[in-house]
Amino acid sequence: MPKTSPEIGGMGHSVKRKEDARFIRGRGNYVDDVRLPGMIWLDIVRSPYAHAKINNIDTAKALAIPGVLAVITGQDLAKYNLHWMPTLMSDTQMVLPVEKVMYQAQEVAAVLATGRYIAADGVQAIQVDYEPLPVVVDPFKALEPGAPVLRTDKKDKKDNHIWHWEVGDKTATDKIFKEAEVTVKQDIYLPRIHVSSIETCGCVADFDKVSGKLTVWMTTQAPHAIRTVFALVAGHVGLSEEKIRIISPDIGGGFGGKVPVYPGYVIAVAASVLTGKPVKWIEDRMENLQADSFARDYHISAELAGKKDGTLTGLRVKTIADHGYADAAANPSKFPAGLFHICTGSYDFKAAHVEVDGVYTNKPPGGIAYRCSFRVTEAVHAIERMADIMAHELNMDPAEFRLKNFINPEQFPYKSVLGWEYDSGNYGGALRKAMEKIGYAALREEQVERRKRGELMGIGISSFTEIVGAGPSKHFDILGIKMFDSAEIRIHPTGKVIARFGTKSQGQGHETTYAQILAEELGIPVNHITVEEGDTDTAPYGLGTYASRSTPTAGAAAAMASRKIRDKAKKIAAYLLEANETDLEWEPGKFFVRGNPSKAKTIQEIAFAAYTNHPQGMEAGLEAVSYYDPPNLTYPFGSYICVVDIDKGTGEVKIRRFVAVDDCGNIINPMIVEGQIHGGLTMGLAPAMYEEINYDEVGNIQGGSFMDYLVPTAVETPKWETDKTCTPSPHHPLGAKGVGESATVGAPAAIANAVVDALWHLGVRHIDIPITPAKVWKCLREHGVTD
Amino acid sequence: MGKQKIRIKVNGADMEADVESRLLLVHCIRDVFGLTGTHIGCDTTHCGACTVHLDGKPIKSCTLFAVQADGCEIKTVEGLEQDGKLDPVQEGFWQEHGLQCGFCTPGMMMTSVALLKEKPNPSEDEIRLAISGNLCRCTGYMNIVKSIQYAAQKLRQGA
Repeated sequence: MPKTSPEIGGMGHSVKRKEDARFIRGRGNYVDDVRLPGMIWLDIVRSPYAHAKINNIDTAKALAIPGVLAVITGQDLAKYNLHWMPTLMSDTQMVLPVEKVMYQAQEVAAVLATGRYIAADGVQAIQVDYEPLPVVVDPFKALEPGAPVLRTDKKDKKDNHIWHWEVGDKTATDKIFKEAEVTVKQDIYLPRIHVSSIETCGCVADFDKVSGKLTVWMTTQAPHAIRTVFALVAGHVGLSEEKIRIISPDIGGGFGGKVPVYPGYVIAVAASVLTGKPVKWIEDRMENLQADSFARDYHISAELAGKKDGTLTGLRVKTIADHGYADAAANPSKFPAGLFHICTGSYDFKAAHVEVDGVYTNKPPGGIAYRCSFRVTEAVHAIERMADIMAHELNMDPAEFRLKNFINPEQFPYKSVLGWEYDSGNYGGALRKAMEKIGYAALREEQVERRKRGELMGIGISSFTEIVGAGPSKHFDILGIKMFDSAEIRIHPTGKVIARFGTKSQGQGHETTYAQILAEELGIPVNHITVEEGDTDTAPYGLGTYASRSTPTAGAAAAMASRKIRDKAKKIAAYLLEANETDLEWEPGKFFVRGNPSKAKTIQEIAFAAYTNHPQGMEAGLEAVSYYDPPNLTYPFGSYICVVDIDKGTGEVKIRRFVAVDDCGNIINPMIVEGQIHGGLTMGLAPAMYEEINYDEVGNIQGGSFMDYLVPTAVETPKWETDKTCTPSPHHPLGAKGVGESATVGAPAAIANAVVDALWHLGVRHIDIPITPAKVWKCLREHGVTD
Repeated sequence: MGKQKIRIKVNGADMEADVESRLLLVHCIRDVFGLTGTHIGCDTTHCGACTVHLDGKPIKSCTLFAVQADGCEIKTVEGLEQDGKLDPVQEGFWQEHGLQCGFCTPGMMMTSVALLKEKPNPSEDEIRLAISGNLCRCTGYMNIVKSIQYAAQKLRQGA
């Protein structure tokens, strides 16, 4: 039950979203909606080759087109030492090349023109003389001796290996495997995919030559970090942080794809600085799919050790991470493989060891998240697939196997063998609820009957544990900037509020949920609270919104800042009521004297007094700032069960039912949480069944437009059935955990497990996602199914 | 490049423009008429973010030249609200949480309005099929379906 009335609208109320008022009227303000006087357009020439030397770039024909103002090449940027830039992982990537291109669709040159179409004409008119070089697409071949070395820009680099990273006790793990009664092993590939937010990336860069101020409207999930990166990278050409303003306006979906700095942004900024004009750059969809950071591309080899009774004992994982030509992931600095070592999942292991090796190939740089907290989906997919394989090998029911191996509720806080401290959980509770909701026992009986009739029906479970809310500053930073986040609250004399945050919503509904946190903590109606984010000139510094971190960090900051305000309000109330502070009690919206509820001051009366009648010796005003450094990450979890029927003739997998039981701790807005889960499930379905970006042997992209990169429509998307359990986070001030990505992380394994469950009796042990009809059809034929 | 004069009625107002024959209708709506509620999400007529009504029928304005709309009537998302009153579809999207980032929303709503004009009482499968030319990356479509059902009910009650 919510503590506040619906009029106040604190936690637990399904408050209708404040931001929707503009979106449903077509009054949102996205980057491409920004138009400034004198604005010019930028368009980009891209490479048709995956690896080639650039002999010459002939710009003459382009420059002859009326309206084409300039062409920028790598040589132009090299004069200012801006032709290379650092990635978030301390690698380097080209802004524009001076010698060679490293992947198909790489930026080669940029055209500035007076109009969108003229800039595109200019791009067509530029002639580039390429000399193709040997292409390395396969990361395993990239590691072979004699493979062409791709990063010739790095002195002394003799191979394509980027880094080796490992965690866990190798000796103990090897010993467990040696002594194990049962072991299983499986290679699992999670292919390249792309977040494909419906809005592509872009910016409008506006440099004022007189004031020296640069304003950039850009599609970024992390405006403050971007400002600092710009200042650090371009300080030597005069960009100073106090004169850089990043505005992240309405964002048409982010999902991780709008965290990195792409060359287009940098070229647009450089172009505005050079010309003194506002410059707009907006990607088209093909550029977005072909050149922006990809997600995943993990080649995982996983092993489980256990006892014959089904008790898990050890986990061993080796992974090759294909990063393309640069490690441009967006992980916290200390973790080159992100939080992949959450891969012991929901289970209690005695020992585990994980190794990951990063590799360069001739593909776009990455890899970023796909609505996921730093490689958690890769981890969950590995452990949940392996759990099913082990259960099937032991002829145990996959649900029974999981219930036997779960970390028990009384073990929390639970220290995993790979070093994480899980805050809270009740994994059995979520799985049992999902089983009950879907009618698990009856489905298993039905499966037996159908199998007798030769029909293919499968039931798949995924009992995932996430790790989100990065993070404690002791371990989490990006380029050295600690991963705290912030809230700044000002109460006006009439009791109305403006609150600003270091995060940036891309559809998550922050304008509503943050207001609800303030309403909960201060008793001020949600309609009296304005939330702003995304303008670095006004909002307090923060690391932005990704990895489900907004509620765990900035949401916590909102609560902490509110409590600071309440502390001061109490002093003012005591003064106004001529009472002792210790005699005052709080209920949402007012302080009253204990035992005498009529003697009270509302928060609005207190706010007015803070500016008109505050106690002598106290500063006027009622405002507070909090920079919240979380003591730990949060660990949302859930259990998903998927039922599939497979058409033997076509290989088509039909999802009959999908039940998702999520636990994200205490909930701020149930309507928004459910919406996040629906969306997350659909972005779990997408890579499980449809989406993939791969390359032919010479590095031509397959899946580089919406013609063949299959984003699910309403027709393919199942009718999700959702439910929840609630296990609050013990360390978060509101007991909340974050929810935006849980379903994306958990869903693919449930679908893959259901498909393999349908086919196990035929001898099928594993199918890599995406599970396409063609893949299943081929698998059926290979296992003797003919009709 | 030569320009051509076009006359289009946009959300009830007569508009005129001199445009290149290659100008896409969506760019005309956004850049020439300044109505930025209509969005662009792909290059291949798949995403439907640019859906508007042309003479009452939903079309993807990225796949039509502005000159092809000469003499026609166009309705965009900005034309849905009448006299300060939201269209039932707009109301449905708000009430049923049918949007998150809001980028696909204008196109999705234009398709929905057209559907309900043709079929006042669509089944869930009919709704899903009708919006299958509009991609949404945020909502998983569940609440969009509910939003359209809300609007359908409201329209039937009003009739």
